[in-house]
Amino acid sequence: MWRIRWVLKPLVFLACLLPALRLGVGALNAVEAWNIGGISLGADPVKMLLHTCGRWTLNFLMITLCMTPLRDLTRSVFWLKFRRMFGLFSLFYAVLHFSIYLLLDQNGRLSDLWQDIVKRPYITLGMLALLSLIPLGVTSTAKAQRRLGRDWTRLHRLVYVIAILGVWHFWWQVKKDIREPLLYACGLTLLLGYRLWKERRSLSRLSAARFARTDAA
Amino acid sequence: MPRRLPDSSKVLPSEITPEREYLSRRALLAGALSTAAVQSIGGFSRAAYGQSPGALTYVHNADLSVTAAPNSYRDITTYNNYYEFGTDKSDPSENAQKFRTQPWNVTIGGEAEVTGTFALEDILKPHPLEERVYRLRCVEAWSMVVPWIGFPLGDLLKRFKPTSKAKFVEFKTLYDPKQMPGQRVGVLEWPYVEGLRIDEAMHPLTLMAVGLYGKVLPNQNGAPLRLIIPWKYGFKGIKAIVSIKFTERAPRTTWAGAASNEYGFFANVNPSVDHPRWSQASERRIGANAFGPRQPTLPFNGYAAQVAGLYSGMDLRKYF
Repeated sequence: MWRIRWVLKPLVFLACLLPALRLGVGALNAVEAWNIGGISLGADPVKMLLHTCGRWTLNFLMITLCMTPLRDLTRSVFWLKFRRMFGLFSLFYAVLHFSIYLLLDQNGRLSDLWQDIVKRPYITLGMLALLSLIPLGVTSTAKAQRRLGRDWTRLHRLVYVIAILGVWHFWWQVKKDIREPLLYACGLTLLLGYRLWKERRSLSRLSAARFARTDAA
Repeated sequence: MPRRLPDSSKVLPSEITPEREYLSRRALLAGALSTAAVQSIGGFSRAAYGQSPGALTYVHNADLSVTAAPNSYRDITTYNNYYEFGTDKSDPSENAQKFRTQPWNVTIGGEAEVTGTFALEDILKPHPLEERVYRLRCVEAWSMVVPWIGFPLGDLLKRFKPTSKAKFVEFKTLYDPKQMPGQRVGVLEWPYVEGLRIDEAMHPLTLMAVGLYGKVLPNQNGAPLRLIIPWKYGFKGIKAIVSIKFTERAPRTTWAGAASNEYGFFANVNPSVDHPRWSQASERRIGANAFGPRQPTLPFNGYAAQVAGLYSGMDLRKYF
């Protein structure tokens, strides 16, 4: 148990930070014309920062959604110990993504931001996803979980909607080559489809059990 | 066997001389004539002038060049939209290195008196090269400044004596999925097709480019022959051209065909007509100041004084 808490979790935590670290070094290299670690953000560093953070937001959403199927598959609750961390990293990269968009891409002009949110459907979707992700982050503590009880589970089902919004946001943003958003959409379909399938199966089992009971009576 | 233009010699240079050497040999000849002009260039490195493979001889055209500092050779040659070699900006520089640009033929067809298939050397031969530093504005709202080497497209087109029926010019890129891995994927309809109205094609700013930064065009930038129309979005600048056809009707261009609500036939840079999914009011200049502010996009990419007259009376919101 202590090994998970004091060794494995910190290691996974650091691994989750690596993409951000890489981007940080890349940004420094871009500004100072250095070449630390040979990391380059290419000719358009702002776009690279923006898109990489967006991708990692989606990656961590997908990873978070993998934990329950993995638990079912391996019959081990081991996976669930990492779920909150992955979920929070998704929020972390979403906030970075948004900050880069606002501060570097839009030069911090809030009036432009509002225009963009209203006028551009893909930005509307992205904003909705981010705003929905925040309450999940805020209520991610054990204390909040206890206090909210069954409502906590209900609230955190929002993550399914957020994931759909996130992938949709990506899809509407690409110019023509939809292969990458399509890949995310397929992954998400699997992950959400699994949950639907599980739900239906347990429902039919429940009714079957009920049927059996009435039959016996 | 490609046909020859009336003024070409009997033996095709492509049969005996590699294009690069051919071009630099031309360069020496032309150099004698334009030494004075060349000396006045300054700014770029001229150390390898006339010697290194791929170096071209040209005259700097200051009148048609912007004074802004050009982007680095590295930026211009590693950040490319060239879907034939992949959809990532870095794909073309990685996937186009083995692309064969010789021998290269260009087919001229349609409403013109002189038509047929010609070797690239014959296409290029009569045209003195000039350097023009142009702004390049991508439809994705980023921009660069590029020192192209080329010659006016109009000078080339006139040699084929277009008839009065020639209202448009259609260009096609090579279709060769073996060499162009992007063409194995149906992201766009292949081959890539672009087009111009004949007056746009004849406009002195419209450039047939064969080089940049004083050297032969790198493959990822559209070698051996590409179009540059500086007042239009970058996707109009078709690369690796193998076909030029004079037509009576507007050709169906690739991007307009793929999403006609997002990309028009004209595709003139216009800050007041947004792309349906993003704003065209401003752009991010690639280069030196990586995290600098966006800059406002200019009507016709800053070339309004020269080209706005082509579109007088046209509703540019409708014909975007």
